[in-house]
Amino acid sequence: MAKNPEHRDLFPGALEIMILQSLRLRPMHGYALVKHIKQVSDNLLQVEEGSLYPALQRMLREGWLESEIGVSAKGGPTRVYRLTDTGVRHLEQEVVSFDRMFTGITRVLAVAKA
Amino acid sequence: MQILNRLFNRHRRYDDLSVSIQEHLDERVEELMEEGMLRKEAEQTARREFGNIALIQERSREEWQWPALESIIDDLKFAFRRLRKSPGFAATVLLTLAIGIGANTAGFSVLNSVLLRPLPYPEPQQLISLHLNAPGAPGLAEFRSELRLSASMYLTFAAHNRTFQSVGVWGPGTASITGIAQPEQVDTALISEGVLETLNVPAFTGQWLTAADQDAHGLGRVMLSYGYWQRRFGGDPGVVGRTISVNSQSRVIAGVMPRGFKIVNYDFDLLVPMALDPVKEQLAGFAYRGIARLRPGVAVPEANADVASLLNVWMDSWSNGPGGDPHWYLRWKITPALLPLKETVVGSIQTVLWVVMGTLGVVMLIACTNVANLLLVRADARQQELAVRSALGAGRWRIARELLLESVTMGLLGGAAGVAVAYAGLRLLTGIGPGELPRLNEISLDGRSVAFTLILSVLSGLFLGAIPILRYVPSRQRLTLLGTMRTASVSRERRRGRNLLVVAQVSMALVLLVSAVLMIRTFLAMRNVDPGFSDPASLQVMRISIPGTLVRDPQTVTRMQNSILDKLAAIPGVSSAGFAASVPMSGAEPAWNQIYIEGKNYAGDNAPMRLYNYVSPGYFHTAGTRIVAGREFTWAEIYNLRPIGIVSESFARELWGSPRAAIGKHFREWESMPWHEVVGVVQDVRENGVDQVSHATVYWPSMMNDIFGPGTFDARRTVYFALHTPRAGTQSLLSDMQRAVWSVNSDLPVDAVSTMQDIYSDSMARTSFTLVMLAIAGSMALALGIIGIYGVISYTVSQRTREIGIRLALGAQKSELKWMFVRAALLLTAAGIAIGVGTAAVMMQLMKSLLFGISPLDPFTYTTVPVILAISAALASYLPARRAAAVDPVEALRAE
Repeated sequence: MAKNPEHRDLFPGALEIMILQSLRLRPMHGYALVKHIKQVSDNLLQVEEGSLYPALQRMLREGWLESEIGVSAKGGPTRVYRLTDTGVRHLEQEVVSFDRMFTGITRVLAVAKA
Repeated sequence: MQILNRLFNRHRRYDDLSVSIQEHLDERVEELMEEGMLRKEAEQTARREFGNIALIQERSREEWQWPALESIIDDLKFAFRRLRKSPGFAATVLLTLAIGIGANTAGFSVLNSVLLRPLPYPEPQQLISLHLNAPGAPGLAEFRSELRLSASMYLTFAAHNRTFQSVGVWGPGTASITGIAQPEQVDTALISEGVLETLNVPAFTGQWLTAADQDAHGLGRVMLSYGYWQRRFGGDPGVVGRTISVNSQSRVIAGVMPRGFKIVNYDFDLLVPMALDPVKEQLAGFAYRGIARLRPGVAVPEANADVASLLNVWMDSWSNGPGGDPHWYLRWKITPALLPLKETVVGSIQTVLWVVMGTLGVVMLIACTNVANLLLVRADARQQELAVRSALGAGRWRIARELLLESVTMGLLGGAAGVAVAYAGLRLLTGIGPGELPRLNEISLDGRSVAFTLILSVLSGLFLGAIPILRYVPSRQRLTLLGTMRTASVSRERRRGRNLLVVAQVSMALVLLVSAVLMIRTFLAMRNVDPGFSDPASLQVMRISIPGTLVRDPQTVTRMQNSILDKLAAIPGVSSAGFAASVPMSGAEPAWNQIYIEGKNYAGDNAPMRLYNYVSPGYFHTAGTRIVAGREFTWAEIYNLRPIGIVSESFARELWGSPRAAIGKHFREWESMPWHEVVGVVQDVRENGVDQVSHATVYWPSMMNDIFGPGTFDARRTVYFALHTPRAGTQSLLSDMQRAVWSVNSDLPVDAVSTMQDIYSDSMARTSFTLVMLAIAGSMALALGIIGIYGVISYTVSQRTREIGIRLALGAQKSELKWMFVRAALLLTAAGIAIGVGTAAVMMQLMKSLLFGISPLDPFTYTTVPVILAISAALASYLPARRAAAVDPVEALRAE
């Protein structure tokens, strides 16, 4: 499915945290999200549309997001996704648990190198 | 709540989603155009980058769904849509299934209610019927399947058994009830102590008869059936303790039995205590039916052994009067063969029910075969679609599931309609109420029937679905072949499935038709039998009982019967009248005993049993029973107790070689009886129905000397009057008859009124019921078989149009072409016939007991049915074959 073999697919939890974090800055629509994540990560991460839309629906279902009418990059009206309070709390929990996980992974990798 | 919200908001969500995706694409397109692409190119690029839009939408939507269920629901919706799109197909399939499943549900309900469900008594597995065999009693087995119990046997069993909780004997009877409304004759059950205890169903109101009611010197109380209580007393709860006049004796009502309660399979109005007097009982008097409840843990063989030893006790304890040898009955070799009570209740109807059920099952199979054929044709049409879907990545299971869902849905819909069909059928059946069917009032659609329907529906659905799946869900390797299939003739492999179905259909139809024709031949054979009476439609029958409690003196009884007869004969339109203790086929208990012939020695003093009847002067003339030699009785002879008798033709031939030789010969029943002279010989009468051989019969005068010594005599108190008149069966005749009877004695109820024609038809009810069922099933099978052959051949023709075109173009003769298709059909039919004949020959052995006058391998049947089938097959294939011959080669070859 990957359009570019250089890019790895994000695992589901990671994709969600990327989306939540991006939406925390401002409400965005789907295409903006893709572009935003690509830019911010310096092209290291590319979000697949095939994963993005199901993920957005899943997060709407969980109540972390809400969809509302917003403004597109061109200034036209469009559907944007906004983080809810529940979403913010979930994001914060996830960030903490990701931090711990990355710390763990880094330590293990460091030991392996040594 | 949340789930509901989700359900209701879903469609808004779905809309949002597609808008979002569309906007996503639009924005990307604009961006690409800004980079210098043309719109078309930009759109293509955007889509390519995005991926499979429909798939992503579906995946996203699935977040809101329970995917497995929802996709099944989608498939279901699809199945329904497909059914709606072809209403003709849907109607055909559903109707076929509804009839098939409905008939089977009805059949199963009857089978379940009659054969499978336990009897409606507490702990019915403990109940047995005291069946005795007497292989040493010559001739008995010819007209009775068992030796009934004598009262002394019952008294012995009740006192000394070690294996019963309780035991009792009973017998059906009638009694006249007077003083309530018009005098009425009701059906009574005479019961000994132990009968109610054995069946153990509590009284609905009031109480059971007790030991005190069985006192031979008292006048015990009686009990009412629920039906009689409702009918005569309007369900009045105050009836307990009231007095009614039974056979002119006042008796107190002890209680009412609950609705549906029967003594074994006998539907009574009144329970009357038997009030046996041990002092007066003898060994003989084998008249009663015995029932018992086994002690817990006792098995039938153990109880048999117990009864066998009790029979010795019986012979040791009783006699047939002074001077008799109490062990004389050792000659009869009486042996117990106790049966579970259910077998007695169900009786011989078992065979009929299984045959009917088997027939219905075969019809169902044929129906399913036809539907399967239709489905195959439909799946054929979808072949391309399925292949394309498979190529696009639909899994084999996914496609199979859809096909299965479709067919199971049809099965269930058919089943639901089938329950309605079954309900209507059962209502019809209980409405007609064939008298031979026991436990009729218990027949119902219960949980088990519904479960049966459900299983049958699902199974037929799976069966129907499996055929197209096995045939058409393509494997990946076969995909490449599909392209070529469009124009080629149907491959052998694909044709084989349908051919097999046709062969199966023809063979099943053959089996059913053979059984139907055998039943028709049985019916005709029975119609051709001379029953021993003539013009039954003009023969009016009624029963009148003069109980000893009303008129004590036998002479007076006979005078009363004589004057009733005179009054009846004087009714306008009545050409003759007579009476007898029993009329043929009326189901009355036969009387029988040994008959000794003058000058003949009997080994072991053990003369054969003969059937008895007692007749008035003029009875044979009225009934149309031919007098072969001699004459009938006269009234003078009856009043003078002349020792005379009339015998049946078979009896005369057996003993004296010819009817003429029998006249003037002598016979008697017991030693002290005067020799009776044969004054007449009458033709044989089919006493128990036309399919039962006539037994050697002795006709005694209606009043004669009895066993209790010289000078004592007795008259038959319950007799059937027969009137020969064209007015038979009319209401006006009935009123005239009642008036005639009541002018003699106003307390005499007129009972069991019917025409001989009705009795005659009733006696053939089992045969005609089976006949009608099999005839319906057989014609359905034939019709379905013809449709099946027609369908297959015309489908083959349409599939092979191109090939036919080529053949014609190459110069094939039209007649040859037609013959090619007819021959194909005939080959299939021949195969089906061959299998069917073999199956029928085996199956018909099971039906043997239902046949009369023909062999289960009747050559006529086994030649006509195949010929009929072959002709039908030829016709059914000729029509499509003619279409094949009409193919225009130019048109056919232009197809591609």
